[in-house]
Amino acid sequence: MAEFKHKDIIALRDLNKEEIELLLSTAESMREINSRDIKKVPTLRGKTIINLFYEASTRTRTSFEIAGKRLSADTVNITPSSSSATKGETLADTALNLLAMKPDIIVMRHAVSGSHYFLSSKMPGCSIINAGDGTHEHPSQGLLDMLTMKDRFGRLDGLKVAIVGDITHSRVARSNIQGLTKMGSQVFLAGPPTMMPPGAERLGNVTVCASMKEAIQDADVVMMLRIQQERQGKTLMPNAREYSRYFGLNPENLKLAKPDAMVMHPGPINRGVEMSSYVVDGGQSHILKQVENGVAVRMAMLYHVCGGELE
Amino acid sequence: MAGEQTVIMDNSGIKRALTRISHEILERNKGLNDVVLIGIRSGGAFLAEELSHVAEVIEGVKAPVGAVDITLYRDDISGHLPHHAVGKTDIPFSLEGKKVVLVDDVLYTGRTIRAAMDALMDHGRPQCIQLAVLIDRGHRELPIRADFVGRNVPTSLKENVAVIFDAKNQPIEVVLEK
Repeated sequence: MAEFKHKDIIALRDLNKEEIELLLSTAESMREINSRDIKKVPTLRGKTIINLFYEASTRTRTSFEIAGKRLSADTVNITPSSSSATKGETLADTALNLLAMKPDIIVMRHAVSGSHYFLSSKMPGCSIINAGDGTHEHPSQGLLDMLTMKDRFGRLDGLKVAIVGDITHSRVARSNIQGLTKMGSQVFLAGPPTMMPPGAERLGNVTVCASMKEAIQDADVVMMLRIQQERQGKTLMPNAREYSRYFGLNPENLKLAKPDAMVMHPGPINRGVEMSSYVVDGGQSHILKQVENGVAVRMAMLYHVCGGELE
Repeated sequence: MAGEQTVIMDNSGIKRALTRISHEILERNKGLNDVVLIGIRSGGAFLAEELSHVAEVIEGVKAPVGAVDITLYRDDISGHLPHHAVGKTDIPFSLEGKKVVLVDDVLYTGRTIRAAMDALMDHGRPQCIQLAVLIDRGHRELPIRADFVGRNVPTSLKENVAVIFDAKNQPIEVVLEK
């Protein structure tokens, strides 16, 4: 059995196949706790988790908070409006101040890609979990997406996964590409040329498609990405209606995928832009299963980083 | 790695012990009314299945069987060593008011049993918990005692007792490793 020796989980790029399998298998076992009357185990009693969210989040922050509480850790939330960041404190100073309070795990979301590696270098005695950094990675989302696919198909190896939308700005896409290709899935990317990073095909077993149709043809999984208006400039697409016509998922083009294909979306959804409401609420949608698996996956991450090696 | 291995209980010895334990469980509980068997992963879970089969043959009724994984309830989890993989706890019925027979292969310090009892309590409030083990090797560190014992085996702290199972999770033999 693989051992998990990392103290941080910052990117799925840093993990190998066995470590990803271990996290997914632990997450499967954690699910049982979430279906009990008493949804709590004593595992992380006495540990302190700080949720440090410099960007808005509902799902991820709540999910990490619930995950920590179900493992009996004490969780504290810090959001930008209530933190010293608005008074001009640097991340380095925030890190040193938090470190003085002796937390065991910091779960951070930050707009700057790679900021977690910086935070980790400042906090050797504390585990760092990435809850999304800029346009780099969102490992917990990648893991919960893989768990949801594994639930449905019993395997990840050999699955054809289409990821459609704004690949350039999507940390969800990057984590999924890193994780899925390690697990043996084939990833097909589609999106407007303005939203496709140069060199995307070099990320592993990844095919960059010229059109959305090509990507979702015979796919087992169709993953739609959110149009991230807060990260994009104004110039990447003419307007939402045109985007929807070429890169939106609707009941008609979904027929190109395999008949039992699953539809996923990391949320929050722009209904009518990247996905029609018929698909969001349809029988092939696994969007709420993704959210449900989120808690179990984050419990597995918190559990395993606590056993990681400190320098 | 363990050195010398001695077989201290063979297959027929295990079968006889499990048959006797089944009779004792039936006697103590006056049948299988409200009795559920919960095995501790992994060895205890296999033995709980075995005990349920044997009791079914004797009594004609099958007691529900569940399995508990105690990893998340361990008391040695706070150190910075890689955490064990978490197995599945599978108790597909309520424990409220039930007579729970907790099953493990080897009873040693009692810490596993403490963890398992805490786990069971999080699944409801059983009427009582009884403990059945195939081997009691002594050296308790907690005030815990088994209700049903296959065999008491005096051991030294340097020795190890293991119940060996085959690919179909059937117990083959019990070995003492020096």
